[in-house]
Amino acid sequence: MSDNRRVTSTASTRFTSVDEVCRALADVGYLASDAIATTAFLADRLGKPLLVEGPAGVGKTELAKAVAAATGSRLIRLQCYEGVDEARALYEWNHAKQLLRITAQGDGDGQWDALRHDIFSEEFLLARPLLQAVRSTDPVVLLVDELDKADVEIEGLLLEILGDFQVTVPELGTISATQRPFVVLTSNATRELSEALRRRCLFLHIDYPDADLEQQIIRQHVPDLDATLAESVVRLVGRLRDLRLRKSPSVAETVDWARTLIALGATELDEAVIRDNLGVLLKHQDDILRATKTLNL
Amino acid sequence: MSTLEPRLVGFATALRRHGVVAGTSDLVDAGAVIQVLGMADRGRLREGLAAALLRRSGQRQVYDDLFDIWFPAALGRRTGLVPGTELPADPAQRRARAAALRADLARALADHDERALADLAARVVAELGHLPNDSTVGSWSSAQALDILSPQLAIAAALARLQDAADGIPGGSGDGSGGSGGSGAGTGGPPSGGRFADRFTRDELRAAVAAFRRRVEVETRRRNAEARGAERISRYAVRPPAEQTPFLLASATEVEELRRTIAPMAKKLATRMAARRRRARRGEIDIRKTLRRSMSTGGVPVRPALKSRAPHRPDLVLLCDLSSSVAGFSRFTILLMQAMSGQFRRVRVFGFVNVCDELTDTVLSAPPGSDLSSAFDDTARMTRWHRNSDYGSALLDFTDRYLEAVGPRTTVLILGDARSNNTDPHVEALRVVVERARQVVFLNPEPPRQWGTGDSVAHLYGEVVDMHECANAKQLREFVGRLPV
Repeated sequence: MSDNRRVTSTASTRFTSVDEVCRALADVGYLASDAIATTAFLADRLGKPLLVEGPAGVGKTELAKAVAAATGSRLIRLQCYEGVDEARALYEWNHAKQLLRITAQGDGDGQWDALRHDIFSEEFLLARPLLQAVRSTDPVVLLVDELDKADVEIEGLLLEILGDFQVTVPELGTISATQRPFVVLTSNATRELSEALRRRCLFLHIDYPDADLEQQIIRQHVPDLDATLAESVVRLVGRLRDLRLRKSPSVAETVDWARTLIALGATELDEAVIRDNLGVLLKHQDDILRATKTLNL
Repeated sequence: MSTLEPRLVGFATALRRHGVVAGTSDLVDAGAVIQVLGMADRGRLREGLAAALLRRSGQRQVYDDLFDIWFPAALGRRTGLVPGTELPADPAQRRARAAALRADLARALADHDERALADLAARVVAELGHLPNDSTVGSWSSAQALDILSPQLAIAAALARLQDAADGIPGGSGDGSGGSGGSGAGTGGPPSGGRFADRFTRDELRAAVAAFRRRVEVETRRRNAEARGAERISRYAVRPPAEQTPFLLASATEVEELRRTIAPMAKKLATRMAARRRRARRGEIDIRKTLRRSMSTGGVPVRPALKSRAPHRPDLVLLCDLSSSVAGFSRFTILLMQAMSGQFRRVRVFGFVNVCDELTDTVLSAPPGSDLSSAFDDTARMTRWHRNSDYGSALLDFTDRYLEAVGPRTTVLILGDARSNNTDPHVEALRVVVERARQVVFLNPEPPRQWGTGDSVAHLYGEVVDMHECANAKQLREFVGRLPV
């Protein structure tokens, strides 16, 4: 299926129309809203990285995975955390191997010149996710996940890659991408990202899906669920999201809850079922208390 | 394309005027977006241009408003609508017209018919929104239309329709539509009367009516923009984004938007304040880094690399004016207090009117997003003799009782307007705090030209501490950006 698609699309782009994006993503189990499909299409066409923001659990990371699956690309993932650095994100010299090479050579005078160049060749370079994505000859999707968790310095590191799809290694020179990776950056907005980074990206805010789409998503993940029940679930979750809780239920939690209902053999939503299983949907005790009070459970 | 370019530039200019920084390169992207997507699908064009022109989610509201003005859905009176634009002078006739529209609205709401709602919004503006005299922003008024229509009255009718449909009576109360009572809510099977989810129907309808009001407003702006020019309407008729709303004037919904913009900024503020302390620890060698560095000298570790110190989380003391004169500002103060409290190793929060009181427990134990204003309404412990703010005695009281909270690692953040009701400002008390603390910053909601006027002692305090104007989220962002790294 993916081979077919690659033949029909031109060499540099993956998709030919927004509808095709919708279809391709739906084929791999990701139901995209119009906004998501349009922006993903543009990111591919204009060759710009895609910066995705939104609450936790609305499918930001899933989008990157789905694009990779739909286009038959390899997914390269850089998971950011506090303290992630150049050596973890970009590249590192394999110093153990370099030392080994130096010792194996012995102390011959004439050999040093050759050796000096040799130990800084590609053989001794450990490619980390960012460099891997640039060097890959196969089509790749590069996912930089939870960028807001990383320190500010890492953003500077990303600028060269996001702007020109190239990496500069001082000892080797500049490595440019042979094919343009599809880059997705995700952020939960716990920290402000810099303007320089935002300027290089297309911006997409994914919010909770509207009721119809969420119902479809649930039906797709939990096919056994009865349509009326699915609808009730979505309505309840929509109401809970209006309550200004500490952590609103995400799509993922809604799906989990639907699975719970199947496991319990519930055919209809009533007070008892909701009261007993609210813990699947809400993760904080005060949220549960608040929901119980507001919904008169 | 040639007529499109000026329109795009005009759109970008309007965005910039409302604080959305759309640079030339963004505009080039936007042009490419139009080329790739074409103009056929307006919804997709909206999303595509948003991807190119926007940088953060808080800008979406103002973007949508302006998009509707610059890329209107239709021209003039929409086709297929009754032309009756003149509002009847007779109140009875007006009421009859409003009642007819309301019945249609109830039906559309009950059926979840998006298309009908869109048409209805256009009809409401056309039939009820025409002003007898032209105003500066055009001859259509959404306020007038919504006032006459009172769409909230349609909720009860829609509920009744849904109930009838559930009970199996087709048609409803005499407004025989083609719909077979098929509420969008009951597509899956015969809806039983007392289902749990039906409890939400009223809330859902209420939200739908609110959405309908917005539609009417959008339609009004579109018609006015046509008469008065998009440029003029986008200047006057679009609400500024939450970022630029002064804290003193923010409404409840805007406070919610503000909360979302302030939280990430608090984190940045905290990292900026912590950054100063980041320097290499003496003596401890980082083996991995040293080995890596030794490669350029053939494996001989000539330059040892030292372990860098993990960024230190400093202490924070917040000193907030909670008097009634800065009531709106203190709402922002509370937002910032809550956001900052997660970022610092130790936070202590003090509120004052004319004496200080420690509020740390109140702030930290409250769930995020909850409204704390009511908790501080009882300012009894922050006042003495009278209820007017007095910065001088509050500072004296702070240095008397709580000075141990301030140490060499402490950053002190003072929030207030420095209007001290003509009392002694006691600048020396502030000096004591400055000498003990690592850094003292004063955020003032008033613009600098008002500092030192009337009973303001801002100019006196400004000589001792860094004072910054901070009246909206945009200025807070600028302040955070200016902090020394």
